[in-house]
Amino acid sequence: MIKFVLMVNRQGQTRLSRYYDPVELNRRTLLENHVVHCCLSRRKDQCSFVEYKDFKLVYRQYAALYIVVGVTDNENELSVYELVHNFVEVLDKYFSRVSELDIMFNLDRVHIILDEMIQNGHVVETNKSRILAPLTALNKMADG
Amino acid sequence: MPAVSKGDGMRGLAVFISDIRNCKSKEAEIKRINKELANIRSKFKGDKALDGYSKKKYVCKLLFIFLLGHDIDFGHMEAVNLLSSNKYTEKQIGYLFISVLVNSNSELIRLINNAIKNDLSSRNPTFMCLALHCIANVGSREMAEAFASEIPRILVAGDTMDSVKQSAALCLLRLYKTSPDLVLMGEWTSRVVHLLNDQHMGVVTAAISLITCLSQKNPDEFKTCVSLAVSRLSRIVSSASTDLQDYTYYFVPAPWLSCKLLRLLQCYPPPEDGAVKGRLVECLETILNKAQEPPKSKKVQHSNAKNAILFEAISLIIHYDSEPNLLVRACNQLGQFLQHRETNLRYLALESMCTLASSEFSHEAVKTHIETVINALKTERDVSVRQRAADLLYAMCDRSNAKQIVAEMLSYLETADYSIREEMVLKVAILAEKYAVDYSWYVDTILNLIRIAGDYVSEEVWYRVIQIVINRDDVQGYAAKTVFEALQAPACHENMVKVGGYILGEFGNLIAGDPRSSPLVQFNLLHSKFHLCSVPTRALLLSAYIKFINLFPETKATIQEVLRCDSQIRNSDVELQQRAVEYLKLSSIASTDVLATVLEEMPPFPERESSILAKLKKKKGPGAVSVTDLEDSKREGGELNGGSDRGPDSGAMAASNASTPSPSADLLGIRSAAPIGAAPTSAGSLLVDVFSEAGPAAPSAAVNDDGFLRDLEPTETSDSLLVEGSGDSDSAPPSEDPATLLSEADELLNKFVCKNNGVLFENQLLQIGIKSEYRQNLGRMYLFYGNKTSVQFASFTTTPQLNVQTKPVEPLVEGGAQIQQVLNIECLTDFSEAPLLNIKFRYGGALQNLSLKLPVTINKFFQPTEMTSHDFFQRWKQLSLPQQEAQKIFKANHSMDTEVLKAKLLGLGTALLDDVDPNPENYVCAGVIQTKGQQVGCLLRLEPNGQAQMYRLTLRCSKDSVSMRLCELLAQQF
Repeated sequence: MIKFVLMVNRQGQTRLSRYYDPVELNRRTLLENHVVHCCLSRRKDQCSFVEYKDFKLVYRQYAALYIVVGVTDNENELSVYELVHNFVEVLDKYFSRVSELDIMFNLDRVHIILDEMIQNGHVVETNKSRILAPLTALNKMADG
Repeated sequence: MPAVSKGDGMRGLAVFISDIRNCKSKEAEIKRINKELANIRSKFKGDKALDGYSKKKYVCKLLFIFLLGHDIDFGHMEAVNLLSSNKYTEKQIGYLFISVLVNSNSELIRLINNAIKNDLSSRNPTFMCLALHCIANVGSREMAEAFASEIPRILVAGDTMDSVKQSAALCLLRLYKTSPDLVLMGEWTSRVVHLLNDQHMGVVTAAISLITCLSQKNPDEFKTCVSLAVSRLSRIVSSASTDLQDYTYYFVPAPWLSCKLLRLLQCYPPPEDGAVKGRLVECLETILNKAQEPPKSKKVQHSNAKNAILFEAISLIIHYDSEPNLLVRACNQLGQFLQHRETNLRYLALESMCTLASSEFSHEAVKTHIETVINALKTERDVSVRQRAADLLYAMCDRSNAKQIVAEMLSYLETADYSIREEMVLKVAILAEKYAVDYSWYVDTILNLIRIAGDYVSEEVWYRVIQIVINRDDVQGYAAKTVFEALQAPACHENMVKVGGYILGEFGNLIAGDPRSSPLVQFNLLHSKFHLCSVPTRALLLSAYIKFINLFPETKATIQEVLRCDSQIRNSDVELQQRAVEYLKLSSIASTDVLATVLEEMPPFPERESSILAKLKKKKGPGAVSVTDLEDSKREGGELNGGSDRGPDSGAMAASNASTPSPSADLLGIRSAAPIGAAPTSAGSLLVDVFSEAGPAAPSAAVNDDGFLRDLEPTETSDSLLVEGSGDSDSAPPSEDPATLLSEADELLNKFVCKNNGVLFENQLLQIGIKSEYRQNLGRMYLFYGNKTSVQFASFTTTPQLNVQTKPVEPLVEGGAQIQQVLNIECLTDFSEAPLLNIKFRYGGALQNLSLKLPVTINKFFQPTEMTSHDFFQRWKQLSLPQQEAQKIFKANHSMDTEVLKAKLLGLGTALLDDVDPNPENYVCAGVIQTKGQQVGCLLRLEPNGQAQMYRLTLRCSKDSVSMRLCELLAQQF
């Protein structure tokens, strides 16, 4: 099961966080700091899976942005690793070349996309056009 | 896709975010945020009603602030208001805010539930999805109560939109996890399982999560999902990459769905139905085959997705552990990955192979990769990969390759990362012990371990080497020689000094013949390390020194000199000082015989699970108990009691006092009385201490430095033993085998009239120690059955010949181990015969049968009574009936020394009254015997005649039978 999805930049600033396991706010900040430090300090040739306390981190870097996913032990690391890429591709498709700014300024949209893909820590949808369906409908409404 | 503008029209939000981005410092950011929070607060509190757009904008800002790590304590109401908006974006923000910020016990739940109810019945699929998301995210009890019956209907209804079904499946999963009692699947089971057949892949993907969870809880009810999952998997695996269109990811058909299906199958054993099983094996073979095919794309995404499925398939193969062919193929595939250029694959292959190593079918296949794994341990640049390699080496180790693997791990330790050293040390220690063919190799390995990574050698590791050396006499000489050599190094680790001190103290004599390691050389070598060591090590060394005095009398003068010097005997550390003082005294006053007994070689340790294994388990997860503390404390106990405090005794008395039930309490009530929590006394002598590790009893007992006494805490069997008042009718309980009633039993009994603790019985096989406490008419007796042999006692039973409800003791007593039993005793009325205890067990093949008198005598229930001379003689006169008095004149059997007599009289339980008898040579005592039914006042007068070596003993009690009995008992004591 997926415990959380984080998006952080190289400065360690959180750009997106979604927890599927309730975590208190002050512990969140601490966790994010740790996790970010843990992933940012790793070299490119190190593996993308890190054991962290009683769970695992799967992370992937896109330019200055890191996406870190906390998963329980029984999750398939590679499938989560590719899920992250799928998520980024969806964002890319929606924002046509997504950047950190897009994510900051459209947090609500990013959340909609993520919620279509992962619910309650489980993968529910991986088909790009179906993930984007609610947003497409939204844009149509706005246009019309 | 239309280009999306910044902030999508919410200018205020965009400005705020830009401001935050431009903040140069954390302080500036906090300032800006506080300003914004104040602004939003005033807007929300303002008189003007905000329109939906503004509310959305402010709620969005709050979300952003929350993301930055600031607590948000307002705005919830506004978010709830947004839920009833008809605009999707406003509703969505409202729900998002609630899912992120509202916890399940919020007061707003009722309002939120209302909005959800409206949206669920709206038949607008996007609104329904939002509502279902929200239930799934918050998942509170109240929500479960409101919607648990509704959701399954939505999930399986024919006209529900696919996206709604997906959300409903996950929503139901959450409610099932938080409130399983409210989610009744019964009638829905089969329709939920059939979602696996749904046309829509997204629905299947979502449904599998739900079905997996439900299958784990009720495997039987959901069994049918196996065949459905297999056929679904088979269709995906055999499909062409174009068949599944949008669910194909870089030419891999539905990788996430495949993984989830394979994961679901891991909830079940291999399918029983031959056809289903055949189909599944075919699928697994296809997946393995595909790994060998040339990739359809050069993109890493393609191979990752393909390998995700492959690893999941291998997990399933390992889970089934029944197809040797597939297991070996899996192993070969992983072997290829071990040399792959992708670090991720090497990592996963090592991890996966670790589980393969434990299968009997693939263990040998895994072993063929040993060189690659060793190479990985040496050359991998990523510590987490090296860690996996070390794990795999540990898993693939067996007798055939243990020496190689241990040697490699040892050499890796010299350069290993600090983060994994301790675990490596434990693993090396475990492997060395597990696969030791000759114990000299084991000793070498552990000493190397201490030399290379001394700081990471936990206590458990060096305790263990000592246990093993003590238990194996074939290795003791070698161990002594090796530690002696290791200690020659100019700088050696403190753990080495500890092992050295302990082993030389026990077995230094085995190498003393060589002039290069003569006693004095050994001592000087140890003592040269003394000043660099910490207090616990010094304490251990002091014990080694006193052992030296026993082993080598010629070192006595030198060692005494060392002990006598100020830095020892006046050491500021109380433990060291006490040891120095006591050892010095012991060495100067005790005869060689006494020394030899006290400082005898350690008895073998009971065999038990390796303490380091327990430690490794503890590192890996909670729940494993640490037995090592006990072992430590046991050794300390054997080493010689360094003068532990005797304080707990008074605590015990106080506690038992508090637990005394009222006279009206029912008999069984004493079982529930508060347990006597404090430790028994240490007066049980060294003999008991040697045995004092609690055997199978409560390894969880908290143990600290002087904790060996506390090991005896009564935590195991607590048997209630009701001592029936033995009138003459039932006083002599029939013994099954009177022949074994030992003739000296009465003597044994007499030993305990004036004391409560000691060794009750001892023969070649068995030692029974006893500790007891009495308060008023209640007593508690701890019996410690120690197996003196190295062989297990089977069918061990003890039967107190009384009216008892006995819980049996542990039926097996391991060689060298000890078990304990607790008896709760209540004195109902006065009695004269001691209760009997029958003990039966099998030693070898022979049945042993023993009958012992339990040392429960009437005087145990004495309460001392202080009184003046005047009162004493007044009462003495009141008890003037001839039958109330019992008198005996007898010859002294023991020392007539005043202090000895006083101690005995106090041990009797009465108050020893001074200045009562006009003749100061005489002793008078007073006390009340407490039984359940009555109290019996007793007065005693003992008149010694030193010249004649005679005594006259007079007792006057309010009950004549008590006078008689006490007189009989006491006449044996003086």
